[in-house]
Amino acid sequence: MIAVRSLAFGYSLQPPLFHSFDWAVKRGETWAVLGPSGCGKTTLLYLLAGLRLPVSGSIEIDGERLTRPRPHSGLILQDYGLLPWSTVRENVELGLRLRKFYGADGKHAPRSFQPKKSVEYWLERLGIADIADAYPSQISGGQRQRTAIARTLVLEPDLLLMDEPFSSLDAVTREDLQALTLSLCAEQGLTLVVVTHAIEEAAVLGRKILLLDAPPNRTAKVFENPTAGSAGQRESKTYQELCSRLRREMQHETA
Amino acid sequence: MKRRDVLLAAVTLLAVWQAAAMIVDLPILPPPLEVLGVFFRELRRDLLVHFAVSLWRVSAGMTLSVLAAAPAGLAIGGSKKLNRFFSPFIYLLYPIPKVVLVPVVILFLGIGDMAKIVILFLILFFQILVLVRDQASGLPPQLIQSLRSLGAGRRALFRFVYLPASLPAILTALRQSIGTAVAVLYVTELSATRYGLGYYIYFKGSTLLDYPAMYAGVVAMSILGLGMYFAVDWAERTLCKWKFVG
Repeated sequence: MIAVRSLAFGYSLQPPLFHSFDWAVKRGETWAVLGPSGCGKTTLLYLLAGLRLPVSGSIEIDGERLTRPRPHSGLILQDYGLLPWSTVRENVELGLRLRKFYGADGKHAPRSFQPKKSVEYWLERLGIADIADAYPSQISGGQRQRTAIARTLVLEPDLLLMDEPFSSLDAVTREDLQALTLSLCAEQGLTLVVVTHAIEEAAVLGRKILLLDAPPNRTAKVFENPTAGSAGQRESKTYQELCSRLRREMQHETA
Repeated sequence: MKRRDVLLAAVTLLAVWQAAAMIVDLPILPPPLEVLGVFFRELRRDLLVHFAVSLWRVSAGMTLSVLAAAPAGLAIGGSKKLNRFFSPFIYLLYPIPKVVLVPVVILFLGIGDMAKIVILFLILFFQILVLVRDQASGLPPQLIQSLRSLGAGRRALFRFVYLPASLPAILTALRQSIGTAVAVLYVTELSATRYGLGYYIYFKGSTLLDYPAMYAGVVAMSILGLGMYFAVDWAERTLCKWKFVG
């Protein structure tokens, strides 16, 4: 589904983050992108979202070269993604309003789009129907992220991109939302790419884990993690082993 | 702030005025009740016309400045390039006290309403421009990126992000500059006109020595300022509900 080919990217006046970097994601996979701060993981996500363009090389999603944000990709950021002057319901409707604003021009919005499920369905599904008329400042961090997820899913994406989506939440809320994210991905057949700096989160969310090095990143270091998200995973031995392996790799890189 | 407290404060201030009038006991400081009587009498004569002229001038200046400064502030605050180019100019022009330009503007535009409106415009324009610019450039980049990923281009960003984000800034700028605007209005109405509350106050006080009528003019001017203040408050409560929750 995603094909990254000899990608090069760097911000001006800074050392390059990626250099002839190749990576591929198949439809329906759940990926965690793990790495220390400054390794370029958020930049990689922005590149996948079409918010930044490669200096050279290419990113193709579904065989189409990415030159701008793609209507079928949903992006969820850590915080500040909601409009503070709009209620939860208005925030969830936002994507639909944007599509109406431009009309089906094929550029900002898909040529034909008929939402199969209503805004009400998603408010219910994410458990935020009760607070639909509250403003973001009135609800908890977990509820804000539920709102952000609902807003994305209303547009029926096939690819979900998340940047440290749960890192400002308390442990219980975080684990709740991780489980919810995985079940939504399975239910809607979504491909998931989650960027995180937390080893445990990567091990829970990513059936495959991409570990980024200190830049520039040249090769994709991939770890298989087939039991990600399964019940009792956190107590299993394979989970513990994977976490300590990832931790060793990360320490080795930053040393 | 409770309405009852505001009312209580108003009554207290009137009592202080009454006491001061009794202590001073001179025609230049009539007691509030006498002024109130004169106020309503004058209202039936020509005070209302002067009030309307002043209201028209100050609202025209305000409206024009919002219409010009808000889009300019949004454009400058929303674009790094424009901000880099214009900010040094704004930095130099913003602190100049625009009221000193009164004679210059009158020389250029003559003695009509236009000169007075333009001066008010100049004062309010920079206040609003600076606040809206800072509001627009201070928006979290995550918010902009989220909207772009939902398909928002430049036009939608303005409609769905920059415009609603700048509304509180516009209202704050207006609230902050109402006092100055009314003060400057008074100054501009001292000369080159025969209408307006500034002219009325000056004429009754200095030429006719009709002090109660002069105070009636002062009351009218206070009502003008207070009324605009209330209007902005009301607009903020209606348009920026999210500011008053939680």
